Amino acid sequence: MARLTRKQKRAVKRAAGNTVNLIFKLFVSVLFLFPFYWMVTTSFKPYLETLKFPPTLWPQDFTFEGYVHVFQELDILSYIKNTLIVTGTVIVIQFFVNVPAAYAFAKWKFKGQGLMWGIVMTGFMIPGQLTFMTVYFMFADWGILKTLWPQIIPTCASAFSIFLLRQNFKQIPEELVESAKLDGSSEWKILWRLMVPMSKATMVTTILFSFINHWNAYFWPLVMTRDEDLKPITLAIERLKNLEQGLNYTDIMAGNVILVLPLVILFLLASKKIIQAMAYRGMK
Amino acid sequence: MRETEVKAAENLMDTNKNLPERASEKKKQRKRHFGRRILGALPPYIMTLPAMASFLLFTIYPILDMILLSFYEWNGLTERKWVGLGNYDYLFNIQIDFKIALKNTLVYTVAVVFFLQLFALIFSVWLQKDSRINSFVQRVMFFPHLCAMLAVSVVFSWLMDEQGLFNAVLEFFHIPGLRWLNDSTTAMISVVIVAVWKGIGYQALLLLSALKSIPADIFEAAELDNTPPLRKFFRITIPLLSPQLFFMLITITLNSFKVFDSVRIMTNGGPGKSTLVLVYYIYEYAQANLKYGVAAAAGVVLLIFLLILTVIYFRLIGKRVHYQ
Repeated sequence: MARLTRKQKRAVKRAAGNTVNLIFKLFVSVLFLFPFYWMVTTSFKPYLETLKFPPTLWPQDFTFEGYVHVFQELDILSYIKNTLIVTGTVIVIQFFVNVPAAYAFAKWKFKGQGLMWGIVMTGFMIPGQLTFMTVYFMFADWGILKTLWPQIIPTCASAFSIFLLRQNFKQIPEELVESAKLDGSSEWKILWRLMVPMSKATMVTTILFSFINHWNAYFWPLVMTRDEDLKPITLAIERLKNLEQGLNYTDIMAGNVILVLPLVILFLLASKKIIQAMAYRGMK
Repeated sequence: MRETEVKAAENLMDTNKNLPERASEKKKQRKRHFGRRILGALPPYIMTLPAMASFLLFTIYPILDMILLSFYEWNGLTERKWVGLGNYDYLFNIQIDFKIALKNTLVYTVAVVFFLQLFALIFSVWLQKDSRINSFVQRVMFFPHLCAMLAVSVVFSWLMDEQGLFNAVLEFFHIPGLRWLNDSTTAMISVVIVAVWKGIGYQALLLLSALKSIPADIFEAAELDNTPPLRKFFRITIPLLSPQLFFMLITITLNSFKVFDSVRIMTNGGPGKSTLVLVYYIYEYAQANLKYGVAAAAGVVLLIFLLILTVIYFRLIGKRVHYQ
């Protein structure tokens, strides 16, 4: 009898512990979700409602006014267009720059390889925050400051992509390469017909990273662009925040929702893949 | 040495066999081999050429140019004027701003590193078991990592507004509201909070995958021994995670030294100079003040910090490969 009650006590204790645990976990989730909730609800409040203190938890007068402003007055679509052109061009060029380089580093032995790998790693380590001054004046000399190229060219070689692809190419068995060579395939054929198709997953990962990086890019376009019609979406949000007539959080949050939305969709579609790729990146 | 010896031996054998025709044939073959060798050695250089050109042009050259520029006075328009160590003198002796920026960057870095590691450790152990709720919480925590720092900073500037939600919550509990980003004592803390909030999910994810790679029998043995959970945590989990924790320490430090976006959006380095950080200093001197020499000198200081950290980072990577 006594034993049973002890068992029961333990069961009750465990159930209570589990409940507390669950409540804590939900609380933590709220902590991380709430800012996004706040962003979305604010974007649907009329300007005057955002001035209220204490703020309303749910928009009293639901309005699309913020989105109308962002699309019509700010013309956010033209900024998005710039971001998409830059991102798309970078992804295409990156493919032709990084894939052959990664292949050379993975499957070839050549003089100066160590030094060249060192250069790649330097590219990995040096941030744009140190190079922007010289690069800006270089682009001024080239006369391309009034184009989107300054946002495209410097990121076309990605040390991280080369690194990732090299790891992948190295895992492709040497026998496959040898037998392709015996069949008379040229190096280029081996690269494009054998290596690339066998590394689809890694390719997708690098494209994913490029997309996220360029969609979110802030510092580089900030220092490279002077003309409003060359700026990407991030700088559009910054512009909303720096408008002279003061802060209008309805508009700012509407813009911000547009900035975050593609990433939400991406994450909902492929959270597992993204988390795996990010974990891998962090471990290397 | 060896090659010449082998060649000498070959020659000897040739003379021994006394076959001059064969020797000339060999010479021809060698010539052909030489040509093929050059052609055969070319592909890797062609394949790496675009990437190499890009890194040389957009990383190596700008860094060398920056180091050079740090000894000049330049406003971007007129000729560069040699000033020797004048810019460094300006940074460390004449002006106080740079030292403030250095100090702020260090404070920011130490705070972010400490809280990120602490929370990541707690959350990873807490959310370790495979269950629906745990994977949900992990995902929710991870998502901010994907968002632009700009987007997150914009939302938090709104939450931390003096008329914003945070103060409303404080008021609800009858605590006087804070001035958050508008007060020089709380501005840096606010920026740190944002960085930690954004980074926890990602760091916890890294620790979780490190935890998964720890052999299960170690924990099972501890359970059989009835080791109390806290002791298990300090005596088993932390020591086994220490390589990953140290690795995280370096990467978080590297990234924290480059902090810019959140400061630019939330405080613009203020109020006063309370959130002025290194990169913001560089940016300000280059973009607003047009003193490229000073900006470059500050850049060199940042470069030195990054170099030291990177050397440690690569040493670590080398070691990890050995373990595996």
